Amino acid sequence: MSGPLLRNRWFVGSVGGTFLLLVFSVFVGFVWLPSAQDDSLFKGLLNSICSAAGVPRSWLGEASAPVTSPVKVSEVVMTPTTLDGPASSGAVGRGGTLALRCTMCHGLRGVSNSQTPTLAGQYASSIYKELRDFQSGARVSAVMAPFVADLHDQDLRDLSAYYASLPRQQSPATQDLQSAPDVVATGAPMRNIPPCGSCHGRLTAKLGVPWLELQPRDYLKTQLEAFARGTRRNDTSAQMRNIARNMTTEEIDASVSYYTGGQ
Amino acid sequence: MIYNKRLILAHFWLAFALFGVAILLGEWQMFIRSPLHGWLRNADLYYRSVTAHGTVMGYVFPTLVAMGFGYFISEAALGQPLVGRRWAWAGYYMIIVGSVAAVVPVAMGLDSVLYTFYPPMIGNAFYYIGVVLVVVGSWVWVALMGINLYVWKRAHPGAPVPLAMFANVAGAYLWGWTAVGAALELLFQILPVALGFATTINAGLSRVLFSWTLHAIVYFWLMPAYIAFYTIVPRAIGGRLYSDSMARISFALFLVFAMPIGIHHLFADPEVGAGFKVVHSIFTAMVAVPTLLTVFTICASVEIAARLRGGKGLFGWVKALPWANPQMLALALSFVMLGFGGAGGLINMSYQLDSTIHNTQWVTGHFHLIFGGAIVIMYFALAYDLWPHLTGRALLNLRLVHWQLWLWFIGMIVLTFPWHYAGLLGMPRRMAFYDYTAPGMFAEGVSVVMSTIGGAMLVVSAALFLTVLIRNHSAARVDPEPFTFSRAVHEPVSLPWALNGLGLWLGLMIALTITNYGYPIVQLIMTPEGRVPPVFVGGKP
Repeated sequence: MSGPLLRNRWFVGSVGGTFLLLVFSVFVGFVWLPSAQDDSLFKGLLNSICSAAGVPRSWLGEASAPVTSPVKVSEVVMTPTTLDGPASSGAVGRGGTLALRCTMCHGLRGVSNSQTPTLAGQYASSIYKELRDFQSGARVSAVMAPFVADLHDQDLRDLSAYYASLPRQQSPATQDLQSAPDVVATGAPMRNIPPCGSCHGRLTAKLGVPWLELQPRDYLKTQLEAFARGTRRNDTSAQMRNIARNMTTEEIDASVSYYTGGQ
Repeated sequence: MIYNKRLILAHFWLAFALFGVAILLGEWQMFIRSPLHGWLRNADLYYRSVTAHGTVMGYVFPTLVAMGFGYFISEAALGQPLVGRRWAWAGYYMIIVGSVAAVVPVAMGLDSVLYTFYPPMIGNAFYYIGVVLVVVGSWVWVALMGINLYVWKRAHPGAPVPLAMFANVAGAYLWGWTAVGAALELLFQILPVALGFATTINAGLSRVLFSWTLHAIVYFWLMPAYIAFYTIVPRAIGGRLYSDSMARISFALFLVFAMPIGIHHLFADPEVGAGFKVVHSIFTAMVAVPTLLTVFTICASVEIAARLRGGKGLFGWVKALPWANPQMLALALSFVMLGFGGAGGLINMSYQLDSTIHNTQWVTGHFHLIFGGAIVIMYFALAYDLWPHLTGRALLNLRLVHWQLWLWFIGMIVLTFPWHYAGLLGMPRRMAFYDYTAPGMFAEGVSVVMSTIGGAMLVVSAALFLTVLIRNHSAARVDPEPFTFSRAVHEPVSLPWALNGLGLWLGLMIALTITNYGYPIVQLIMTPEGRVPPVFVGGKP
């Protein structure tokens, strides 16, 4: 290359052309198209540029106040770190002591002989979320409410850690995916029913969702029907209500039989 | 003169062997989600397969082809042994280790995150580390290509850089820069969470960084095919390249316009402002310029060959072309697929029209037609052209080669045209099964069955391709004439500095990356509320 850059036709042509193209496309994207919208947000040059850049200046100002629910809804936000904390060491021991009050229904070692949930080996995140919901009233139970009313948040965490640490019962061999009913393995895509197994075990697990294997039959069926009727509503985004409502009676029976190991 | 035949063959063979395995996964996926097969009881198997197929076909296979071809070009075009041969082997082994590290956890079901990563989904760290190793291994090649050109330029001051090497280094630098986006995403967003050092991830920022890589990677895949268009086909069919300068300008423009356009993959994403989407849409349209320049130049070069062979008339010369020559056939089939694929791409790049096909099967159909069709058929062609020079043995099965190329073309059309159609009907992509018994989904079922048949033809074609190459290794020894690239009608004697080096174009590439990506990236970094908890797959609840 010889001579100053600005006299070089290759430099001037390529850089100048690219710059003009950039100016043109910025004008189209940030000024022309936004101002062609008949929308109060895009009135004025600064407004249209800011909106096009993804920095709206007045959206929140126009938003109406959030609607408050007439019934109690779950306030638990589960993240992978919700249960981490400075007091997580020794939680199992403290939880074991607290759990003495739970044994009459949930069994000595978390395995229920009555129609209450088996808690041994259940995910801590799931137990914690349900306990918090019982406490707040988002999940209604005349039996559970008095038991959790006086517990601190740390107590709930300790209880969850304790039950999660107990050994899970062995699943029968019949509970593989090949023999699972369709609703468990594949769901029903056209009715917006995802496979039960994609959250509740066998396919994958999700945070805050219970492992359902070997739960008592009556308990599972009652809960599914409560979701379908809308009398249980502590599923945060109404996902279980929407699923259960779209399930047929046969599908409810089949999925319950599968998870209870055919009891 | 090719000095490091083993190195080049090792790259090509690893690429084609992995391709041979991954294509089986692709056809299996097509079959599984067609009405010919019942619903998978464990849908995760499907997502494992998608992750492996995409990782091999998108990252490992084209990278190895570009690397092997790049080493070949460096020695054949510059006429000097490769500088940094040991480094080249080190990069190669890094890619092997990376591929194994990535594919094993995928097969175990620990990383069904699909090859586009999809944060906040997080899988086992080994997968991401494997992908990083593949990228780092390929960066060794990027550096070596730059160094080899530098060494040659010092020994030949002022001499015109051979076109093949100019284009090859353009492709290498393009990859070096475009891979930075995904590398930043992996190193600063995904891996800290996968390794347990961080508990939240900025999903929007991760997606923007990935889009930095996501579109320019397509032009990196495309470079070997375009180099074959310009520097192999005209020579192979007995013609001359119509214009050397036009070729250089095309490669330079790819370097400039491949980068600042990736946000067209994020048209439906809320975290990027609409203005940037329009800007990226307009810049995407600019890619038509080097593409059409290439179509024009190559058609003109082919016409020269035809007229040299006695072709006459306005279009009559087409008959005089050497259609029996695999390079001619591959070029023609590639252009047809490029034409259809490019036309479909106009829909994808348009901010408004994209919404009709966004995340439908149209998109998968589109990139299979462009990459699997127009580009990969040229990978076949260049392998056929290079093989005798690498093995010193004759490539005799021309009939088999013809069958292979035609079968690939027809298979790709039968695969992708119904695939586009299914997308127009609204069929979403990336699902393991569809309820074809539902009213209104019958037509989608028919089109997926057609695609499955097309895919089967591709599997047969791939088997033929590998057969031709394997047979060559035991064919009669020949002494091939020294390898040459196409000669231009007017061979460059002295070139303007802008066409004899890449500095100007690299500068523009980086400047446009800053103007088109700078603000969205900074804005997302400054948005801490964009950080969300990860969703772990295949392990922790």
